[in-house]
Amino acid sequence: MDKTVNQKAWFLVLPVFLVVAFSAVLPLMTVVNYSMQDTFGNNQFFWNGVGWFKELLDPSTDLGGRFLASLGRNLFFSLVILAIEVPLGIVVALSMPRQGWTVAACLVILALPLLIPWNVVGTIWQIFGRPDIGLLGYVLNAIGIDYNYVSNEIDAWVTVIVMDVWHWTSLVALLCYAGLKSIPEAYYQAAQIDGASRWAVFKAIQLPKMNRVLLIAVLLRFMDSFMIYTEPFVVTGGGPGNSTTFVSIELVKIALGQFDLGKAAALSLVYNLIILIVCWIFYTVMTNAGAERKPQEGAA
Amino acid sequence: MARIDLVDLAHSYGGNDAPQDSFALKPVTMTWRQGGAYALLGPSGCGKTTLLNVISGIITPSRGKILFDGEDITPLSTQKRNIAQVFQFPVIYDTMTVGQNLAFPLKNRGVPKVEIDKRVAEIGRLLDLEPYLNRKATRLTADAKQKISLGRGLVRSDVAAVLFDEPLTVIDPELKWQLRSKLKALHRELDLTMIYVTHDQTEALTFADTVVVMHDGRVVQSGTPAELFDKPAHTFVGYFIGSPGMNILPAEVRGREARIGGHVIALNRSYDKLPDGAKIEIGVRPEFVEAVAPAPGLLSAKIERVDDLGRIRFARARLGDAKLAARAPAGFTSPDGTAGLKFDPSHVHVYVDSLLVEGAA
Repeated sequence: MDKTVNQKAWFLVLPVFLVVAFSAVLPLMTVVNYSMQDTFGNNQFFWNGVGWFKELLDPSTDLGGRFLASLGRNLFFSLVILAIEVPLGIVVALSMPRQGWTVAACLVILALPLLIPWNVVGTIWQIFGRPDIGLLGYVLNAIGIDYNYVSNEIDAWVTVIVMDVWHWTSLVALLCYAGLKSIPEAYYQAAQIDGASRWAVFKAIQLPKMNRVLLIAVLLRFMDSFMIYTEPFVVTGGGPGNSTTFVSIELVKIALGQFDLGKAAALSLVYNLIILIVCWIFYTVMTNAGAERKPQEGAA
Repeated sequence: MARIDLVDLAHSYGGNDAPQDSFALKPVTMTWRQGGAYALLGPSGCGKTTLLNVISGIITPSRGKILFDGEDITPLSTQKRNIAQVFQFPVIYDTMTVGQNLAFPLKNRGVPKVEIDKRVAEIGRLLDLEPYLNRKATRLTADAKQKISLGRGLVRSDVAAVLFDEPLTVIDPELKWQLRSKLKALHRELDLTMIYVTHDQTEALTFADTVVVMHDGRVVQSGTPAELFDKPAHTFVGYFIGSPGMNILPAEVRGREARIGGHVIALNRSYDKLPDGAKIEIGVRPEFVEAVAPAPGLLSAKIERVDDLGRIRFARARLGDAKLAARAPAGFTSPDGTAGLKFDPSHVHVYVDSLLVEGAA
């Protein structure tokens, strides 16, 4: 095949290249640059090599201890909200109507929490949970449950988790609902004829047909909850103590609170890397699951 | 195994109060005998799938009763009726192997494991699925999947009837023949009542010993393929069965004569007292009209073209506004574009308002 060699094509690529360089590569390189140095303000920098990274992964140092503890909290948080939101989302999707005007009503109601900005969600729950003026906090205390998310670690965790479930279960439910809607009516009719119970229908038809969307839901919710910042920051500010300080909150504290640019840069690189790796694992699992589904030729 | 009786059965998706013209299935009373191979034939939207779903219990009829061996089962759910149904698109439980798919209906009904294994092995053998029993069902081709759907119906030893809803739609043409002969063989071997819905007359006529033709929500005729061919009870049957379909021509009928535009066609039987103001037509299959050289005393028609179907040729002719087809014998040519038509009197039928009228001898 003849290819026309035309070096002018590079000029057409150049604008995109420049935009990407300024928007992504240069800032990232700045962070890489910071992560290798220490600063005491006044724009004075000192070379530190991989020192920050070593400290970050060593739990005995202050930086490493804080990072690994917040990472642990973050993973625990993600696992808990997944364990709640995925089954709950499935149940909500299963109990939604399949036709009629109620479908539209349900979809709108489900979509509402998704449309609220993060810090507004935080503010809503911050006020909602206050023992003095918040409806939830006041009622809980009035019926004899000692609830105070400002002073009690468990209460703070419960509040943050319930808030996330309230905010994001809809997403899982909507994805599952889409998956359920795509199942042809004949499957249900065949299952009826095969004498399948409600549970057997779920296990044999609905769950297998939903597993693609469920993977997407798990991926989205995991990434999102792993990067969570605004809502817990608005409600608890990471407290009481450090009990709800997630990685992103820790990062902001180090970078903007203490102005330790080197430590913060190293932390954000590692944080970013973890997210990329998890993303890649999910992507690989999902594409493999998809490949397994393709029918093979000549099987019959 | 059972005889199925439909008693004044009707269904409307708009509820029982809807006008009867809008019913998807208009009142029908008929019997499906045990062990019969039936085809339910009709164009799309004629109500055949509705009738099938009513029998299997997926739809509860607006009115009437269904009896299995004389026992009223109308209120029973699908699960409780002993009915198997194969759908247009293969339904496969993705996560299961072929064997588990076949075992599913038995497992749901709490059949003991030993019995399940025996039945699955037997059905696997009947359907030539043995090599795949331990493989994931999702990876098979469409016709293998459709066989699994069929197998799930046959695996229960107590099924009263197996219903097929256009089951070969997604199958390659070459495999259609194989699968259809497989069905016929199964029918002979298992002595099951089978009801096969299709809009393809070849499929219906090759599969069934009784063909039930539906039109506009009504069962218009039920009979053997030969009966449908020789004596269509409704002009629709005449037109729908056969290729090309029956010629239907408006005519005046009196006694043993039918008149078309002043020309007389002899009839084998005598038709007196036909109602006034009704739509009178005669119907004759193209096989029983011969196109010959124009001659006095023959009805003359314009020849538009001659279709050569290999073993037989049909002349497409025009008679005033009406179109008709006629057998063109070997050596037939029409240099001036006209031809005479010879009718076989014993195969000319008379229809009043689209329904067949038997004349007096």
